[in-house]
Amino acid sequence: MTQQEALFKYTLRLGDNALILSQRLSEWCSNAPFIEEDLALTNFALDMIGRAQVLLRYAGEVEGKEKSEDILAFRRSERQYYNNQIAEQPNGDFACTMVRQLFISAFELYLFTELQKSKDATIAAVAAKTLKEVRYHLAHAEDWIIRLGNGTTESHNRVQQAVNDLWMFTGEQFEMDETDNLLIAEGIAADLHALQPLWSNYIENILSKATIKTPQDAYMQTGSRKGIHTEHLGHLLSDMQYLQRAYPDAIW
Amino acid sequence: MVATTYSKEEILQLLSAIADPEIPVVSISEIGMLRDVMITDAGCEVILTPTYTGCPAMGIIEADIKALLHENGIEPVTVTMVYTPAWTTDWINDAARAKMNAYGIAPPKRSSCGSVADAEKHINCPICNAADTTLVSRYGSTACKALYKCNSCKEPFEYFKCH
Repeated sequence: MTQQEALFKYTLRLGDNALILSQRLSEWCSNAPFIEEDLALTNFALDMIGRAQVLLRYAGEVEGKEKSEDILAFRRSERQYYNNQIAEQPNGDFACTMVRQLFISAFELYLFTELQKSKDATIAAVAAKTLKEVRYHLAHAEDWIIRLGNGTTESHNRVQQAVNDLWMFTGEQFEMDETDNLLIAEGIAADLHALQPLWSNYIENILSKATIKTPQDAYMQTGSRKGIHTEHLGHLLSDMQYLQRAYPDAIW
Repeated sequence: MVATTYSKEEILQLLSAIADPEIPVVSISEIGMLRDVMITDAGCEVILTPTYTGCPAMGIIEADIKALLHENGIEPVTVTMVYTPAWTTDWINDAARAKMNAYGIAPPKRSSCGSVADAEKHINCPICNAADTTLVSRYGSTACKALYKCNSCKEPFEYFKCH
C-alpha cells in the first residue's frame, strides 16, 4: 500500500462516517418528537453533509481519477464504503438515535482533537472546523441521555435497551489496520488505540450520571475496514443513491 | 483582463456590499467570511472561509460575488474556500454585532471556544436587554442560531451561537 492509497482510504473513511450518519439523521426530518428536535437533528445532518462534501472532494483529489464528491457518494456500492457500522444502524426510537449520537460524537471529539495536529493540511483544517460542530452535537446527546435516563421508567428502559443494542458496534471505531499504521508513521492519522480509554471513561461517566449500566460485553462487531457492513447499509444506499442510479449525471 | 484596473482594496470595498443571506443586515466582510482578494494575471481570486461546513448560504454568496464583480467588469473571477484557520464567531466585528442585535439576533459572546454549556448562559434579550432569558432550543432556523425566550418581555429571539 502506498501513502497515496492509504490517504485515499483514510479520507474516504472519515467522509463516509459523516455521509452515512447524515443520511440516517435526515430520516428524522418531519418525524422528530417535536419541532425543536426536528431542527436539531436535521442541523446535525447538515453539519455532517458539509463535512462529508469537503472530505470526499479531497479523497477524489488524492485518488487523482477525477472523481467528484458526488461520484464518490452516489456511485459506490456498499463494499466500497468504509464507514463504521454504527453509523449505518437504523434510527430506532429517539433513545436509540441519541445513544448512537453519544457514542459517535464522543469518539469524534477525541478523534478530531488529535487530527487537528495532522501533518495533512486539509485533514487538520477539517478537524479544527468539525470539532466546533461536534461539541454541540455531543452536548445535545449528553443532555438527552442524562435526562431520559433519569426520566420515567419507560424512558430509562429505552435508553438502557439502546445502549445494550448498540454496544457491540462501539469497538470498531477504534480498529486500526495497515492504512492507519502507515499514516500514523507519517504524522497524518490518529492513534485510535490511544483514544479508546478516553472514550470509555467519558461514556461510563455520562451513563452513570444517567443511571444507565455500561455493558460489560467483550464481543464486538467488525468488518467495515474491509468494506463489510450490516444489512442496513445496502438499504440506506438504495434510498440515497436512487436518483443518480436511475438518472446518471442528473443535476439541479 | 479588467481586474488590474481595480486595486485589491477597491475590490474588497465592492464586496463589502454583499450581505449574508441568512442575516441580511450584516455583510460577508463584517462577519469575517471574506478573507482576501488576490489579483493575478489569471484574474481575480476571492478567498472565503465558510462559517459552517454545511452552510447552505455559501453557494448563494459565491454566486452573488461573481455577479457583482461581473457587473463591474471584473473577470474572470474564482472563489476559493479556505478552511484554515477555521472561522470563529470572534471574527464578527463590533459594528456587525450591534447590527445583529438591532435586527433581533443576540450576537455571540467572545472567546467562543470554551464549553458549550458556558457559551449558552447569560444571553441578553436583544429586544429589551433583560438578562433573564431561557434557552428553548439549541438549533433554530439555521445551524448557526439557537432559540431563546426572554422571561422579562416574553418575546422569543434568536442567538447567534459561539463557534
